[in-house]
This record gives sequence, C-alpha cells and structure tokens, in this order.
Amino acid sequence: MDAELHQLTLTQLAAGLGRREFSAVDLTRALLERIERHDAALNAFVTVTGDEALAAAKRADDARAAGEAGVLNGLPIVHKDIFCTRGIRTTCGSRMLEDFVSPYDATVVERLARAGAVVLGKTNMDEFAMGSSNETSYFGPVRNPWDLERSPGGSSGGSAAAVAARLAPAATGTDTGGSIRQPAAMTGTVGLKPTYGRVSRYGMIAFASSLDQAGVIARSTEDAALLLGAMAGFDPRDSTCIEHPVPDYVAALAAPLEGLKVGIVRQHFDQGLDAGCATAVREALAVLEACGATLTEVDLPNLDLSVPTYYVVAPAECSSNLSRFDGVRFGHRAADPGDLTELYCRSRGEGFGAEVKRRIMTGTYVLSAGYYDAYYLKAQKVRQLIADDFRRAFADVDVIAGPTSPTPAFRLGDKTDDPITMYLNDIYTIGANLAGLPAISAPCGFVDGLPVGLHLVGPHFGEEAILRCAHHYERATEWHATCPDAYR
Amino acid sequence: MSLDKDQVQHIAMLARLRLADEEFAETVDKLSRIVDFVDQLSRVSTDDVVPMAHPLDASQRLRPDEVTESNDRDHVQENAPLVQDGLYLVPKVIE
Repeated sequence: MDAELHQLTLTQLAAGLGRREFSAVDLTRALLERIERHDAALNAFVTVTGDEALAAAKRADDARAAGEAGVLNGLPIVHKDIFCTRGIRTTCGSRMLEDFVSPYDATVVERLARAGAVVLGKTNMDEFAMGSSNETSYFGPVRNPWDLERSPGGSSGGSAAAVAARLAPAATGTDTGGSIRQPAAMTGTVGLKPTYGRVSRYGMIAFASSLDQAGVIARSTEDAALLLGAMAGFDPRDSTCIEHPVPDYVAALAAPLEGLKVGIVRQHFDQGLDAGCATAVREALAVLEACGATLTEVDLPNLDLSVPTYYVVAPAECSSNLSRFDGVRFGHRAADPGDLTELYCRSRGEGFGAEVKRRIMTGTYVLSAGYYDAYYLKAQKVRQLIADDFRRAFADVDVIAGPTSPTPAFRLGDKTDDPITMYLNDIYTIGANLAGLPAISAPCGFVDGLPVGLHLVGPHFGEEAILRCAHHYERATEWHATCPDAYR
Repeated sequence: MSLDKDQVQHIAMLARLRLADEEFAETVDKLSRIVDFVDQLSRVSTDDVVPMAHPLDASQRLRPDEVTESNDRDHVQENAPLVQDGLYLVPKVIE
C-alpha cells in the first residue's frame, strides 16, 4: 500500500490512518520525498516545510494514540503562499515579501492545524494573486503536470499543480476572479470557491477585499467538502466574515440529484469557447441529466460586462490594499533613499513586479479626482446589474452550470503580451466573485490530453447544492481520478 | 493611446511607484489598453441602479471597543528593514 499513498484522497488517507495501516509520519515522509523528486521541474512550491511537517505528523500520531484525533488528524495539505504562517515565511509570490515572516497565523491556517492537518509547504502563485497563469510570480512560473510547457493557470497555480502531480492530496487557495477554479480546471483537479464571507480572510494577504475568498483545491468533491467544513465559520477577526451555521458538507453529498434544477447559461456557448471544451461540457450536462437533474436554459445578459467591471473594482481595491507596502514597517526597502518620497517610490518600484504595478496604477487612476464617478461608481452599478442577473436566474434554478475556462491550459508565454487577452480568460468565473456566490470547478474531460473543467455556481450559501451536484457527476465519471502519466 | 506619458507619470507618482525607464513605455501602452477596455462600461445604462456596497447586502458589523491584543512590538519589528530603540527609521523629513 505504501507505494500508492500519494494516489489516495484525503478521505482514503483518513481511513488508512484510522486503521493504523500507516502512520502520519510515514505518509509525510512519502510525500516530502515526492516533492523533492518532482518539484524542481514543476516549481509548485516556494517553501517546503519538511522539519515542521514531520514534527506535526509526529504530534498527530501521538494524538491518535491518545485517542484525541481531530477530523483532519495527520492529513497532509499545502497552503498557498498568501496565507500568513507564524514563523514560516509568507511571500505572496513577491519580491516585496521575499523575507517576510508573519508574526501570526491566518485563521484558515490555525483552523486546519487545530483539526490535525500537516502542512508540507507553501505553494507558488501569481504575485499578490494578480494573474491567471502563474507567470507573474517573482519565483518563476509553475509548470502544468499535464504538459510542462504549459501554464497550470493562476493565481493558485502552485496549489493546483501540487495536487494534480500527487505531491499533496489537497491544498488551500484563494479566488478573487477565478484563481482557484481556473487552475483547477487546467490541472484536472476540483476547485471550490465558497460564498463571500463563508471563510475568514484574516491573515490572508488582501488583493481585492470585496471579492477575495479562501477555498480549496482537491482531487475529489468529498475532500473539498471535508476541508471546507474545517475552514468555514464565523471569525470575529474578519469584519466581513458572516455568521451563518456551518452544515456537514460531507453528509450533504449523498442526497439524490432528482429534482435539482440546473441552469445552462445561453451566453456561455457563444463565441470564444473552444469547441473541444464545449463538447466536454455538453457531455457533462447530459451526465447530470442522467443522474436525475433537470436541465433548463437561463440568461446572464450582462456576462460580457463582468470582465471590464472586475478590472475597475479589483484594481481599485488592490491600489488601496497594497498601499501598506511602504518600505518602512516590513517588506522590501530600497537601498540609500535620498528622502522619504524616494524611499516609498523606489521600494515599491523595485518590490512589485510589472503586473502588480499595472493594477495598482489602474486602481489609482479609476479612484483619482475627476474619474471616480466615471469608473469606480459606474463599475459598482454594473456589478449590481450582474448580481441581479444571477438573482433572477436563481429564482428558477438551484445551480448554474457551464465551462470554467474558455480553453484548456495555454502555453507559458502565450498571453503575456496583451493584458486583455489574459484577463478574458476569467470570463466565466468572475461573475461569481462580483456577486459573492459559491462556485466549483470539477474535471469533466480532456481536449488533446489537457483537462477541462465543469463550472457549477450556486446561490449564496448554496455550497451543499454545488458540492452534491459535482459529487454525483464524479461518481458517474472517472475524470477526477485520471493522473498525468509522469506522476503515477 | 487613451493615456499619455504625463498622465502615466502623474498616476505613478500618486501610487508612489518609480518605474524604470525601460518599463515606462510598456506601462503607457498596457495601461492605455486596460483603460480603453474598461471604458466600455460608459455605454451601459445604469440610471436608477444602486451601486453595490456589499455582495450579500450585509452591513458592517461592529464590535465592543475592548483591548484584545497585547503589545508585541519587538516580535512585529523583526520584519522591519530598519529600527532603533523600537522606532522605525526613515530618511530625515524635517530639516
């Protein structure tokens, strides 16, 4: 069994640990060896925390022996390097934070640790989560385990690549415009972005505070449900975290799909969607129907406006959030500044990469005197129209289904010349962030050997419906269990 | 180009970002493309639409004004580039 530990899901590993077939230390060692062997080619990790992981695994084994095992006891995970970890550096993929060691843990980190999870390391990401290809990372791009010449998507590309390559069974991620779901689609993994406010953002380095949400990347819906249950819930330290009971997400998976109404968005199959992806998604919808769901068409007439709306709102919030990086209290500081203004300008100019600087400047522009009403206020009005489209659709259906991404994984370097081409990659995912809705991407096939994702969106706090829908789809298919040849 | 060099220089200053000469031209080009792209919002009719304040229409939660954190200055300042006697050092601002 040992040789195949890396192929097991969290749920299977939990069962094996419970039956004492292997220890948490054995499991942690096996995965650390895989990371050592494969990560030079993938670049999925910024920091591997081998010593800390082995110590945590030992504690988990001791806790189990003492009959005190938590729900995730001894289960290995990795954290996107946007979550602050006490005593372990947190870079956010940026030169600005290359040597930053947080004095505290993010709530997500704290909750998963308390449940007994063992953290193997911190994963690579687009700088400050601003990117859809992992190419904006200061630590270099992550490579897609399905084709090393291709991007794993972004910004949670390191998390997605690590899970797809079986270096870790599951990972945390964050999603501001698709940063969990798009890399999940491009690596054949399950990616869940919960409702805005479902999971605490405390200690999660902020990009766009009205859109950011923490979630998970895993190899099964059941694992995503298990991790979400451990992460979710009210946190007084995040003023936007919502007090709403946390259901048993795993228990909710089993209920049959009969009677579930699935809406198919007419606009999703317009121009821009790769023909192979369209076929895979249509076949997936037929499977959902065979599982008992009822399919019906819905309209999201303002879908096309979601990307331009996002590229006003998100940069505006980013320019405000990233003003904290001043070269004075923490982060990169330029050498020998002549005066205070030069200290700010050079520290930020050197510490941030090109895409982050563009987004800060876009945000600064749309918020500047004379432009606020024309851009920021206008975008918040259009955002309301987009949210209204979803409200109307959810009056008729329980879940909205479509493709996660317009194409499978693209080649590294293919979209770096034109920011708009890169931005349009998130056309199907951004709406859920603008409206604060939960959404999941589930593997639904391949085009030329590259994975395709099925995107399911639910109403606010409708995680159970989308998880259940994805779970039944998963039970009827084998896509989620398909492993890239080089990582068997 | 919807933005000219002077505008981009002004925005960079507002954002406290120094751009290297070689990135400046590229920034003018790419920022202009982004602004052109988001300009399509101006064609949307939004009369009588209330701008979104919160995706779940939630209002800001308040908490009692109580001391919950202890002073952890030395630990926090371990991340500071330059400190002396518990103070952050910056270039002289008053002659």
